[in-house]
Amino acid sequence: MKIIIGLIVLWPLIGFLFNGLGRNIWSKKVIAYKATGYIVCSFIFSILAFLHVQDHGPITVHYFDFINTSNFKIPFDLKVDALSSLFLLVITGVGSLIHLYSTAYMKTEEAPHYARYFAYLNLFVFSMLLLVLGDNFVIMFIGWEGVGLCSYLLIGYWFTNSSYNYAAKKAFIMNRIGDLGFLLAIFWLLVKLGSVSYGTVLTAESLSKLSTADITAITLLLFVGAMGKSAQIPLYTWLPDAMAGPTPVSALIHAATMVTAGIYMITRANILFSASEFTQHIIAIIGISTALLAATIALKQNDIKKVLAYSTVSQLGYMFLGLGVGAYSGAVFHVITHAFFKALLFLGAGSVIHAMHHEQDIRKMGGLKSKLPITHITFLIGCIAIAGVPPFSGFFSKDEILAAAFAKSPIYWALGVLGAAMTAFYMFRLYATTFLGQFRGTSDQEHHLHESPTAMTLPLILLAIASAIAGAIGIPELMGGHHWLSHQLAPIVGEAKEASLSHATEWILMGVSVSIAVIALLVAVNRYKRKTEDEPKTALGKFLYNKWYIDELYSNVIVNPLNQFAGFLKNFVEKNIIDGAVNGTGKLVQYSARQIRFIQSGQVGYYILFMVLSLVLLFIIWFNDVAILRFLFKLTHKS
Amino acid sequence: MPIQYYIFFCLTLFSIGVIGVLTRRNAIIVFMCIELMLNAVNLLLVAFSKMQHAAGLKISAASTAGIDAQIFVFFIMVVAAAEVSVGLAIIVMMFRNTHSIDINFLKRLKN
Repeated sequence: MKIIIGLIVLWPLIGFLFNGLGRNIWSKKVIAYKATGYIVCSFIFSILAFLHVQDHGPITVHYFDFINTSNFKIPFDLKVDALSSLFLLVITGVGSLIHLYSTAYMKTEEAPHYARYFAYLNLFVFSMLLLVLGDNFVIMFIGWEGVGLCSYLLIGYWFTNSSYNYAAKKAFIMNRIGDLGFLLAIFWLLVKLGSVSYGTVLTAESLSKLSTADITAITLLLFVGAMGKSAQIPLYTWLPDAMAGPTPVSALIHAATMVTAGIYMITRANILFSASEFTQHIIAIIGISTALLAATIALKQNDIKKVLAYSTVSQLGYMFLGLGVGAYSGAVFHVITHAFFKALLFLGAGSVIHAMHHEQDIRKMGGLKSKLPITHITFLIGCIAIAGVPPFSGFFSKDEILAAAFAKSPIYWALGVLGAAMTAFYMFRLYATTFLGQFRGTSDQEHHLHESPTAMTLPLILLAIASAIAGAIGIPELMGGHHWLSHQLAPIVGEAKEASLSHATEWILMGVSVSIAVIALLVAVNRYKRKTEDEPKTALGKFLYNKWYIDELYSNVIVNPLNQFAGFLKNFVEKNIIDGAVNGTGKLVQYSARQIRFIQSGQVGYYILFMVLSLVLLFIIWFNDVAILRFLFKLTHKS
Repeated sequence: MPIQYYIFFCLTLFSIGVIGVLTRRNAIIVFMCIELMLNAVNLLLVAFSKMQHAAGLKISAASTAGIDAQIFVFFIMVVAAAEVSVGLAIIVMMFRNTHSIDINFLKRLKN
């Protein structure tokens, strides 16, 4: 088992080295087969590991000591349990489909860049696997940083475009802010407990060693890390900009896997989070605010990928709401279903963009229904799933979170339903504008419209099936299911609390949220079926269209002052003080040298005079003056 | 005779030598002043040597205390003799080249 688990992680690394080092050697075909093949291998091994865990329970394997000093030691251990094996399946499963899709989507790239793309993609999968498999926070942090790096590399994949580079930098810097919080939390744990391994840290025993203030601080810092990676207020602005990367990257990294790292981390450390009421409240509030904020922005966006990006932020907000109200298995459930339908939607969007020759503005699309039948059907399934219409997967996971939120506070639930209604509305606005009505692009584009090749439609179909049926892993007992997922995760997150809600209440809640969502989606379809939207005219519309002016706010409050400060340092401090000190030293030496030069007269007499004077001076300093005076006194006064 | 007399005498002699070296420009006189300083030191060494020897004899008749200073004096005299021969040779060469023994004439050390 040790070898199998090691290989799950190593396959993508091999792929990365193979493609990264051989990018000028291999043909595109070899690169594509190898890159996809390694991830599929990883997927197969993940299934083996998953089955093993099903039969024999969690397993931890030790490879070597990562850090070993007298005071503490950090082993390089990998752990497969119910939680990480589920994440393994999602990452490698969705990952291999996206690799397959990419082989066709990126085929116009030249071979070295093609190889670079797949190398980054493999490196990303490697880091993500390390993140979920690591048995302590440090190994998780290695993966955590790795995914951030790959995200940067892939957003800036088309590095000749400077605005893409800015987007990449933005993502990296935003992530760094969060990473700092995570790092501080790790240090805090090390100082207080002397260990970062899950086995020692995440136990009731170590919990009793920590004061309440410690736990609150650690969990808040961990949450700051999660905020950065999982794009929550106030660090979410990088995610919409991350859409600069190739579309499959958006699907894999910025929707299905990397952004769920924060949810994974909090679920993993749930014992700490459950111990701090305060942090939980903060998480729930941030989660629901993010969900609503992003949903309102998504209502007015016209870029197909931007809508999906904001919907990702919004859905991540739901997951954090779930974490905040203690519905850990609900959040993981939503991670899984979201991975399927959001990857599906992004890949579908990629297929549309591919067909439209890199046109992303939905106002120039329309009527693609008949031209792209497979994309249309699968995209529709994705939209229904995300809108939360039963029996598609999104319904079950979202409903679980909403029910838990209601149990905590009906306000959370009401806001959640409002967000769900907006989700349904903007998704079907997107769907209707893109696929229904008349084609609004140029006739040239219309002429070239074509369904994507099999390598792209196959992942779409598979993901559509998964999106449709993935809800089956978590059918609530209410509906006669037995909620396989929450039983799976019970050893990690504890048994799901006895539903404090009566069945009647749950049915009502479910009915209300579903009917509101359905109404919203019908309204959206009717409204955008024929006509498209011009530039927003109302103040509110403009406000939403400009994303609440958050980017402007950040650039005015943080970026510009920093730039000005940097300019001040550069133009004033650097030029006058630093350079002044350096040049001043040189000038001083030159000046004094010019003055002292006159001593060197060449007159032997002067040299001797200086010698004698210096000797006298030396004597005075050496035997200090008092001693000399005493000596002279003794000489003159006979004892 | 008390040791103080020797010390004052030697100090005077040495100071005359120093002042001579500093003020005179004739190389021969400078040279003589250097000899004066050397001999002032020699004299002082001998004086202290005798003083120490006398003190040693009071403790033991076989004492050799202070003898070594006189050996130093011989060394200094030998070195001084060697120095004189070299120095005079330099002065002779200097006179041959410049027809002067004024040390300020030798300004080539400058630059």
